[in-house]
Amino acid sequence: MGQTPEVFKQPHVWETEGSSRIPFWAYTDEAIYKKELDRLFYKGHWSYIGLEAEVPNPGDFKRTVIGERSVVMTRDMDGAINVVENVCAHRGMQFCRERHGNKKELVCPYHQWNYSLKGDLQGVPFRRGVKQDGKVNGGMPKEFKTEDHGLNKLKVATRGGVVFASFDHEVEPFEDYLGPTILGYFDRLFNGRKLTILGYNRQRIPGNWKLMQENIKDPYHPGLLHTWFVTYGLWRADNKSELKMDEHFRHAAMISTRGTGGKKEEVTQGVTSFKENMEVLDKRLIDIVPEAWWNGPTALMMTIFPSVIFQQQVNSVSTRHIQPNGHGSFDFVWTHFGFEDDTPEMTQRRLIQANLFGPAGFVSADDGEVIELSQFGFEQKPSHRAVAELGGYECENTDHMVTETLIRGMYNYWRKVMEV
Amino acid sequence: MDMATATNGQTVIDLLRLYGDYAAAVDSAQWDKWVEFFVDDCEYKIQPRENFERGFPLSTLALLSKNMLKDRVYGIHETLYHDPYYQRHVVGMPVIREDKDGVIIAEANYAVFRTKLSGESTVFNVGRYLDKIRREDGKLKFVSRLCIYDTEMIPNSIIYPI
Repeated sequence: MGQTPEVFKQPHVWETEGSSRIPFWAYTDEAIYKKELDRLFYKGHWSYIGLEAEVPNPGDFKRTVIGERSVVMTRDMDGAINVVENVCAHRGMQFCRERHGNKKELVCPYHQWNYSLKGDLQGVPFRRGVKQDGKVNGGMPKEFKTEDHGLNKLKVATRGGVVFASFDHEVEPFEDYLGPTILGYFDRLFNGRKLTILGYNRQRIPGNWKLMQENIKDPYHPGLLHTWFVTYGLWRADNKSELKMDEHFRHAAMISTRGTGGKKEEVTQGVTSFKENMEVLDKRLIDIVPEAWWNGPTALMMTIFPSVIFQQQVNSVSTRHIQPNGHGSFDFVWTHFGFEDDTPEMTQRRLIQANLFGPAGFVSADDGEVIELSQFGFEQKPSHRAVAELGGYECENTDHMVTETLIRGMYNYWRKVMEV
Repeated sequence: MDMATATNGQTVIDLLRLYGDYAAAVDSAQWDKWVEFFVDDCEYKIQPRENFERGFPLSTLALLSKNMLKDRVYGIHETLYHDPYYQRHVVGMPVIREDKDGVIIAEANYAVFRTKLSGESTVFNVGRYLDKIRREDGKLKFVSRLCIYDTEMIPNSIIYPI
């Protein structure tokens, strides 16, 4: 009696202190999810839009999303980057359906309202009515002003060729948003060199969007789940590493330097994924060539809350955009890139190492699978909770990776903003 | 395509057999057999149509030698954790674009259905094969097979070869 917990207990209350025990309902509750969209994606935060290299010429545009809201990034005739909401100011139609292209202006096909690439309404058909038999029929009221009916313009930040935007014009400056520590790592990767786009991968992962953030805030699993990482020393518990956060604990960087790999050590004892005798037949898959800009670390994984992950895993660099669509699903869009000074050999190396990542990756395919199966677990008993207590209960930077401190950090912040 | 009519009947039969045998192998998890449909110096790619058409070189999977195909097979057997699933290919009639100097350029539409245990069968990946084939030891083998897929959102992950 009373010992069997109620599975669908209401209301949802975070019952424990701190952020080391995460209730399953944080991943399953539709009302919580809508509140996340409002408070994390639509207000007070910067979201990833894309890379400037995706819209190199005046008139180029790219359609993308912030949370579930469709937006369009344009490069206007002055060369500036704009981000506008993809909703016509007239009748609300999502007017832009192509995902990329080049246009001189944005036109809603429904009633031909046309906007400049900056989002200003330029004109509307029949504004002054239509003359017939010496009389003017209809037209917009005299008070109608085009300047009152532009597209919803977002606040835009560009740095190092990366574009972020926010619906919230009161949001703090982008540099302050990242904070000095994370900004330093951001600038390491995006140091002003021109980027070249290598291509996209798109996958739909049936799990809560936060699980993707957590996946890249969790240095516990890579050396266990990912045979490739542990066997070749790309990521394992005895690698020299650091975990760092901004002062709010919302963003993080996992910084690691590849160890020797191979031979059995304490961290591989009993780890079933460790394959001492595994050897790739085609060595190009792990043909790693250090680059000057690394300044040491062979892997640096950044989670910029809430919308994006920046990856450097040896020579493979990419952005991974989190696009939630419901509490139990998100689209995950990978943009692999290189740098303008890459040799053809380096480009080929980046492309071959891309086999480790993405929806079919030797490493990353596992991540999507475990996220889907975690969501199954949450849905079956939302009143239960997950445990993130490796390394204790605190949210702190560390000089090792045997800890879940970054996950605790994210939920510490999440609880404050979400007021749960 | 007049090229197709220039192809002799035996080559067409061999090509149909290659396509049929390939689909049968990847639908019955015979990964070691899958590798043997390729020449040593081969290329196998699974690439989004978007990248293919826009000229972006990135593939979802890009295996550039028979050894790399074998590395993938090892991955499927030993290293890649995934939810178990069946896959089932339906491959359309091949179109022969060119048959010259012992090299055949051909393509065919495909649809792959995925069935997870206790789950329904769903459309997993739809696209077309772009193939370069040549005869080796009396058998037709792939010099290159590009799987260019329309499917906009991969349903989580692709583990097995298409």
